[in-house]
Amino acid sequence: MANTYTAIATVTATTSVASLAFTSIPATYTDLLLKISTRSTYSANFSRARLQINSLTTGYNNRLVYGQGTTTSSASSTDYITFFYSTGSTATASTFANTEIYLPNYTSANAKSASSDSVTENNATEAFLALAAGLQTSTAAISSLTITDANAGDFVQYSTATLYGIKNS
Amino acid sequence: MPTKLIVDCSTGLSTEVELTAEEVAQREADAVTYAAQKALDDAEAQAKADAKASAEAKLAALGLTADEIAALN
Repeated sequence: MANTYTAIATVTATTSVASLAFTSIPATYTDLLLKISTRSTYSANFSRARLQINSLTTGYNNRLVYGQGTTTSSASSTDYITFFYSTGSTATASTFANTEIYLPNYTSANAKSASSDSVTENNATEAFLALAAGLQTSTAAISSLTITDANAGDFVQYSTATLYGIKNS
Repeated sequence: MPTKLIVDCSTGLSTEVELTAEEVAQREADAVTYAAQKALDDAEAQAKADAKASAEAKLAALGLTADEIAALN
């Protein structure tokens, strides 16, 4: 049971950027937790985003359940790991989505798993929330993480992400 | 040119760099992939909704009340 959280680094967009990235992640923790607050320039109420591990473009497998407005559904994909969502540009101004992504045993010599929960904000009938789980088959320790809008949108100014390291001792 | 904001966890320093041509191409390809995947997801969700509505209409035609149909969900 994790009982210590250490903020490793925070990255905040000072202007719109395509991606937010963490590099040289230390291998001194047990698990990683990524807390994300994002809004996208993509023209919709929400936009799907992705987490890329160690700059890998293949070897991913994901499952996702989500609620969108009054409907619920599920999806699966091999397009990067752990989908999450940003508030889109047509949602209520100055609102951002909240996301947590947990990556246990990130230095192990086994495939890497991740889970996420994500919710967008919109003062209207359609917002979006999602739970996702994903797998990356690489056995290398995670040393970099990159989050990117999946619709070629940008993360707007004040979008931010903080990476926490977690130890069980 | 789109940019990427990178924080080096060993130093805490952030740098903003332009995406490489390869990264831009990947980003555009990813958007196309996502759009295709979303179309499939949307079609699947719509098919499920249509099937549900059809089933409920048939149950109603058999004489079930709305409360009885809702109890089956």
